[in-house]
Amino acid sequence: MTLVLLAILLVGSSGFAGLLVGRAWGAGERIAAALHCVGGACGLAALLAPASAFGDALVLPWSIPEGEFSVGLDGLSALFLAPLFLISSLGSIYGLAYWREADHPESGRRLRVFYGLLTAGLALLVVARNAWVFLLGWEFMAVSAFLLITSEDHEKTVREAGLLYVFCTHVGTLLLFALFALMRHASGTWAFVPLGGVATASPATAGVIFLLALGAFGMKAGAMPLHVWLPSAHACAPSHVSAVMSGVLIKMGVYGLARICSLFPSPPAWWGATIFAVGLLSGVLGVAFAIGQHDIKRLLAYHSIENIGIIFLGLGLGLVGRSLHRPELIALGLGGSLLHVWNHGLFKALLFFSAGSVMHSTGTRALDRLGGLAKGMPRTALCFLLGAVAICGLPPLNGFVSEFLLYLGFLRSVASAESGDGLWIGAAFSAPALALIGALALACFAKVYGAVFLGEPRTDAARRAHDPGALMTVPMGILAGACVLIGLAPALVTPALDGAIAAWSAVVPPAGAASVHAPPQVASLAPLGWLSAMAALLLALLAGGAAFLHARTRGAAAEPVLTWDCGYAAPSPTMQYTSSSFAQSLVDLFAWALRPRAHAPRLTAIFPPHSEFESHVPDTVLDHLLAPACRRLADAATWFRWVQQGNTNAYLFYILLTVLVLLLWR
Amino acid sequence: MGLLLGGLYLLLHVAVVATLPPLLFGCIVKTKALFAGRVGAPLLQPYYDILKLLRKGSVFSRTTTWVFRAGPVVGLATTLLAALVVPLAGRNAPLSFAGDLILFAYLFGLARFFTICAALDTGSAFEGMGAAREATFSCLAEPALFFGLFALVRLSGSLSLSSMLGAGLAQEWAGAGAPLVLVVVSLFIVLLAENCRIPVDDPNTHLELTMIHEVMVLDHGGPAFGMILYAATVKLFLLGAVIVRILCPVDTGNPLLDGAAFVVGLFALAVAIGVVESVMARLRLVQVPSLLVAACLLSAFGLTLLAG
Repeated sequence: MTLVLLAILLVGSSGFAGLLVGRAWGAGERIAAALHCVGGACGLAALLAPASAFGDALVLPWSIPEGEFSVGLDGLSALFLAPLFLISSLGSIYGLAYWREADHPESGRRLRVFYGLLTAGLALLVVARNAWVFLLGWEFMAVSAFLLITSEDHEKTVREAGLLYVFCTHVGTLLLFALFALMRHASGTWAFVPLGGVATASPATAGVIFLLALGAFGMKAGAMPLHVWLPSAHACAPSHVSAVMSGVLIKMGVYGLARICSLFPSPPAWWGATIFAVGLLSGVLGVAFAIGQHDIKRLLAYHSIENIGIIFLGLGLGLVGRSLHRPELIALGLGGSLLHVWNHGLFKALLFFSAGSVMHSTGTRALDRLGGLAKGMPRTALCFLLGAVAICGLPPLNGFVSEFLLYLGFLRSVASAESGDGLWIGAAFSAPALALIGALALACFAKVYGAVFLGEPRTDAARRAHDPGALMTVPMGILAGACVLIGLAPALVTPALDGAIAAWSAVVPPAGAASVHAPPQVASLAPLGWLSAMAALLLALLAGGAAFLHARTRGAAAEPVLTWDCGYAAPSPTMQYTSSSFAQSLVDLFAWALRPRAHAPRLTAIFPPHSEFESHVPDTVLDHLLAPACRRLADAATWFRWVQQGNTNAYLFYILLTVLVLLLWR
Repeated sequence: MGLLLGGLYLLLHVAVVATLPPLLFGCIVKTKALFAGRVGAPLLQPYYDILKLLRKGSVFSRTTTWVFRAGPVVGLATTLLAALVVPLAGRNAPLSFAGDLILFAYLFGLARFFTICAALDTGSAFEGMGAAREATFSCLAEPALFFGLFALVRLSGSLSLSSMLGAGLAQEWAGAGAPLVLVVVSLFIVLLAENCRIPVDDPNTHLELTMIHEVMVLDHGGPAFGMILYAATVKLFLLGAVIVRILCPVDTGNPLLDGAAFVVGLFALAVAIGVVESVMARLRLVQVPSLLVAACLLSAFGLTLLAG
C-alpha cells in the first residue's frame, strides 16, 4: 500500500520539477518523464504481490470534517491500477517526442503538470475507501483532464470540446454527491461498506443509488446516450493524453459502477439487465457512429464507446449472475468485462499512439487526405495493424480472449437447462449483437487501415511521411507486445482476474440470506489452454503458408508493375476508393440513427461547372437532443439572469448567505 | 488401440478436408452446365485449375506492400484451422473444446479482414468497391450465423460444434422440426452469401462493377490466387458440412455408412447450389441486405420457437 502511495506522490509531482528549471535543453520534460516512469514502476511493483498480500486499508486522520483519509488495495483496485500505471508511463515517454517543449513552449509545462496530476488523481480514486477520498481523486481527474484537453486552446473547436467536457463531468459529480449522500444515509458512514441488510437500504433507496451510479459513472465511461462529451474531447486532446483518457480515464466509470454494485450482496435482476441494455446500445451505435467518421481520432473515440458497451455487457452479465446465484456467470461475465478493460486500454492506447504518430508526421487527422503510409512508416503501420486486429476481437490477439469469455458466458446461459427464459433468451439475442458489433468494427478498421496505410498517398504530406523516433515507437512496440502476449497466453492474466472477481464477490451476505458461493476460477471455466494452442497452431499455419508463397513466388515473380485496375493504364491516387465511399453503404444501413448530412451539388446544365460534395455524420444525441434541450432551458431561465451579475463580490456574498442559512437551519 | 484409431481418424479427417472441397465446386459447375444444356467442364477441373495456378509466375503491383501477400496466406491458414474444429459425419472433430464455434466464426472474420486489406492495398477503385461490399454484407451475415448456431446450442445443451452436431441430433428433429427448418434455411442463405454464390454474388460475371468477391482478388495471380481459390472451396465445404449434418443426421453406428451418407449429402448440397444458380438471377446489390436481414430474422424466429 505504501508503495502505491509513493507511486501516486511521485507521479503527481512529476510535472512540478520542470517548473523550477529553465526551458533550455528540455531538462524539465526529461525529469518529468523519468519521475513518472519511476512512479509507474513503483506502482506496478506493488501490484505484483499476490492479492492476499495487499494488506488492510490504511486510515489516517485528516482535517476535513466527517472524514478520514482511508485508502486500501484489493484485487479490483489492483486490476484498474495496472493499466493506469503502464499506459500513463508509456504516454509520458511518448510525449517527450510528440509534444516537445521546443515545439510547444506555451503549453508544454502545463501539459506535464496536469498529466502527472491526472494520473495521480486516477490512482487515488481507485484506492479510495471512502467517499471523500474518492471525490478528491475524481475532481483531480476531472479538472486536470479539462486542462489537458484544452492544451491547444487557441482553437475554437478545442475550447468548445473542453467546455462540453467540463459541463458533462460536473453533471456527473453532482450525481455522485447525491449518490454518496444517499449511501451515507443508508449505511451511516462515508466509508464504502456493504449495504446488504434489510435495515440499511430499502429496495427503493437501493434502486435510486443504482440509477445515480449508472448515470454518474455511465457519463464518465461514455456509455450511450451519455457519451456526448467523449468524441470531441478525445479528438482534441494531444494523442498521448487521448490514449490515457480512452485507455484509462473512461474506465473509472466502469470501476465506480463495479465498486458500487459490489456493495450490494443480492441486487435485483433488473440492475444487471439495465447495465446489459446500456451496453448493447453503446456497443452497436458506438461502432455505427465510428464508421461514419472522417477524422481518425474521432473515429477511435467512438470505438471507445463501443468497447465500453462490450465491457458493460460483461458487467451486466456478472451482476445478473449474482442476482440469480449463478457463480459461473459472475466469473465469465465479470472476468470477460475486466479483461476487456485491460485489453481495451492496451490496444486503444496503441491505436491512439499510432494515430498520433501519423498526425505528427503528416499534420492531418483527415482519413481521406492520407494513404500509402505503410511504405514510409512501416513500424507505425504494423503497430496500427496489430491494434486493429485486436480491437476487432479477432484471434489470435487479446481482444478475442475477452470477447470469448463473454461469449462463453452467453453460451452457458443458453445451454443450461436451469436458466429462466429471460436469461437464456437475453443471452441468445446478445450473442448475435456482439457478432454484429465485431463485424462492424472489422469493417471500420479495414476502412481506416486501408485509407491511411494502404494504396497510394493522396497528398504530398502523406508521400513524405516517415516513422517517428524510438521515443515514440518503443512505447507502441511495448503495447503491441502486450496485446500479442495476452492473446497467445491468456492463462498469464487469470490470477489478476480471479483476484478482482474474488474482491468483487467478497461481500458479507446479509443474515438469513443464502450464502453466496464464491465464483469459480476463470481458468476452470474457460478453455484458455485450447485458445493458446489454437493461436500457436494458427501462427504455425501462417508461417507455413507464408513460406510456401514465398518459395513459389521468389524466382517466378515478374517486375513490379502498375495495379491492373481493369486495364486502365493511368490510375491516379485520387481515383482510389475513399474511406467515405467505403463506409457509405453501412452508413446508409444505419441512417435511422446516424442522420448523415450530405451537401450535394445540384447539376443543372449539360456541362456542369466545378462543384463539391461533402458529407458528415454529426453526433445525433448532441445535435438533436441535448442542444435543443439546453436552448429551451436557457430561454426558460432568462428571467433568473438578474442574479448573475458577473461580479465576484456578488458571488462571494451569495456563498456567505448560503453558509449562514445552512448554519441557522442546523 | 484407441490411440491408433484416433490417429487414423485424424488422418482421415485431414485427408477429406484437404482433398474433397474442390470436387464440390466441380459438381456445382457441372450442374449449371447440365441445366444450360452443355457438357461442361470435367468434375475435376477445379483441381486442374488450382494446380496450374500454383505452378505459374506472379506479377505484383508496385503499389502493394506485404499486406497484399498476407491476404491469401491468412485466408488459407484460418480456413484450414477452422477445418479442424468442424465435425464430419457426426464424428468428433480432431480439435473440440467449449466455445469452439466462436473461434470457427471469428477465424473467418480474420480471413475477411486480411482479404479486404489486401484488396485496398492495390489502390484500385474496383477492388475498393468490392471490399466495401464484402464488409457491408458480412455485417449482416454474421448475426444470422450466430442466431443459427445459438439455436443449435439451445437444442443440444452443449458448447462445442462436435457435440452440437453429434449423435443426439436425429432426436431433435422430432421435437423441434420447425425451428431446425428455419435455421437450415437461414444457414443456407449465409452459405450462399459467404461463398459469393448467386443470388448475392455471381462468380462467373464479366463486369467488375457488379462483382463482390472476385473483384477483391483481381490483382492476385499465380500461386497466391491458387491459395485463394483453394481456401474458397474449403470454406464452402465447411459451412456445407454443418448444414448437411443438420439435414441428414444419420447415425447407423457403422462409420462407413455414416460417412457415405454424409458425402452423398454434400454432393446433394452442391447440386442444390447449382440449381439455385441456374434458376435465379443475381439480386441487385441494394436488395442483398434485405435477403440477409431475412436470414437473420428466420433464424431469430427459430430461436424464439425454442422458448417455453
